[in-house]
Amino acid sequence: MHDLRKRYGDYEAVRGIDITVQRGEVFGLLGPNGAGKTTTVEILEGYRTRTGGEVSVLGQDPARRSIELRRRIGIVLQSGGIYSHITPREALRHWASFYPHPRDVEEVLDLAGLQAKADERSRKLSGGQLRRLDFALALVGDPELIFLDEPTTGFDPEARRAAWETVRSLRALGKTILLTTHYLEEAQALADRVAIVKDGRVLAIGPPRELGAGAAHYRVAYRDSAGELVERETDDPTGLLHELTGEALARGEQLEELTVGRPTLEDVYLELTADA
Amino acid sequence: MPDETIGTVEGPGSPAFGRLRHPVALTWRQYRLERKMFWRNPSAAFFNFALPLLFLAGAGAALSGNQHQLNRLVPMIAGMSVMSTTFTALAYNIVFLRERGVLKRIRGTPLPTISYFGGVAANAVTNTALQITIIVLAGRAFFGIGWPGHWGALIVFVVVGVVSFAALGVAFAHAIPNFESTAAYVNAVFLPVVAISFYVFDSSSAPGFVRTIAEALPLKPLIDGLSAAMVSGAGLGSHLDALAVIALWGVFGLYLAVRGFSWESSRT
Repeated sequence: MHDLRKRYGDYEAVRGIDITVQRGEVFGLLGPNGAGKTTTVEILEGYRTRTGGEVSVLGQDPARRSIELRRRIGIVLQSGGIYSHITPREALRHWASFYPHPRDVEEVLDLAGLQAKADERSRKLSGGQLRRLDFALALVGDPELIFLDEPTTGFDPEARRAAWETVRSLRALGKTILLTTHYLEEAQALADRVAIVKDGRVLAIGPPRELGAGAAHYRVAYRDSAGELVERETDDPTGLLHELTGEALARGEQLEELTVGRPTLEDVYLELTADA
Repeated sequence: MPDETIGTVEGPGSPAFGRLRHPVALTWRQYRLERKMFWRNPSAAFFNFALPLLFLAGAGAALSGNQHQLNRLVPMIAGMSVMSTTFTALAYNIVFLRERGVLKRIRGTPLPTISYFGGVAANAVTNTALQITIIVLAGRAFFGIGWPGHWGALIVFVVVGVVSFAALGVAFAHAIPNFESTAAYVNAVFLPVVAISFYVFDSSSAPGFVRTIAEALPLKPLIDGLSAAMVSGAGLGSHLDALAVIALWGVFGLYLAVRGFSWESSRT
């Protein structure tokens, strides 16, 4: 997408986003609530029309809403409902019938961990099980490109790990995944590359590690003889450590709780998204 | 609803040929799913079927022996059934599916819009056809009304009534802000329309302006047409004006239904 824009009345939710997602990559859009992530993804999914810029999804303009394009993508919405009286197996069979080359329904039930609940009415499923059904419905058409909008919001840690495993297995199958999240660890755990988005703009883009490495300094922390926690930032951790340890040895002291940290994605994220 | 382009159709040489899902086949599948969901939802099945039939049974028993009154009652119930199986049922369904996010999810799949609505509409038509059949059979078996005097007119009125009320139901769903208020909105329309139409149809002494209102609404003309077809056996020719009123509402309803259609809840 190039210079993507979306305006709602006077409010411009997306203000010129440039992102190219490579095939086979897991790309994360990371940002606080209201950053324009969902709007961006929904333009790519064909739900909304852009007010400016150019977008190409698998070589097509999603605003045309071609059925051919929709056969090749899978969508996990932030909140998508399902008929109350349908069972996961029936829903998957029905959804599979929309696609020219669907995956085997039983296999998808296994992958989503829904085999035990396959014949239960959806209204009797738990929130986590419904979310797994969301995944399963997005996968059953065997799409090349999968959109995951806040896939684990509201999950407990265990369910989140399970969802992450599913995403990793999709990546292993060679699927391209665009996911939005406001959880740092999620972007860090899953994404090959991350774009940090705020107020409809991309603030930084790159692999999670490099984003951390590129932005700021090393952080050296220790507890001094008075028991105070001291934090120093430096571009030259070797030199600083030499200096600190030399002084400490000369005084015959220990540097209690000494740590040297590279800034994490979290530090970068907090720095970038802090209100200026 | 913006137009959607249907993808290129692969030729017989392509591996995808034959697996390509044809819109007609998908309409059928959607229809089958809608039927299954309908029967699994006891309250929908109750309001669609049992309520008008209980009404028919109760009023029919009360009027037993009064053939003149029974002749009026049966087409009134038939007209109300058309309205409840289409207008009421679709307004409920669309609002529920919209607010729950089912419509939005379906819109993200390759299911063609025409197949989706084809299946939904065919489901409503099936319910209406079942109801009218039951009412015709009950009229003959219990209420001393013979077979409909004019089958052709009956079918035309039912079809035009179904299309019009279905379109109006979908259009009306746009006005309903959330699922919790659906019953209030729907009944605020359904009950007064039924009441005024029944009253004017049944009473020759209704005040002129009340009659004018009822004649301008689609239900009273539908009951007139059904009455002619089921009881007196008059053909279509005698009720063309009634048919025109229903059809005009249908055109109006279709315009609003398509123009204002929303696939997702406005809350998100």
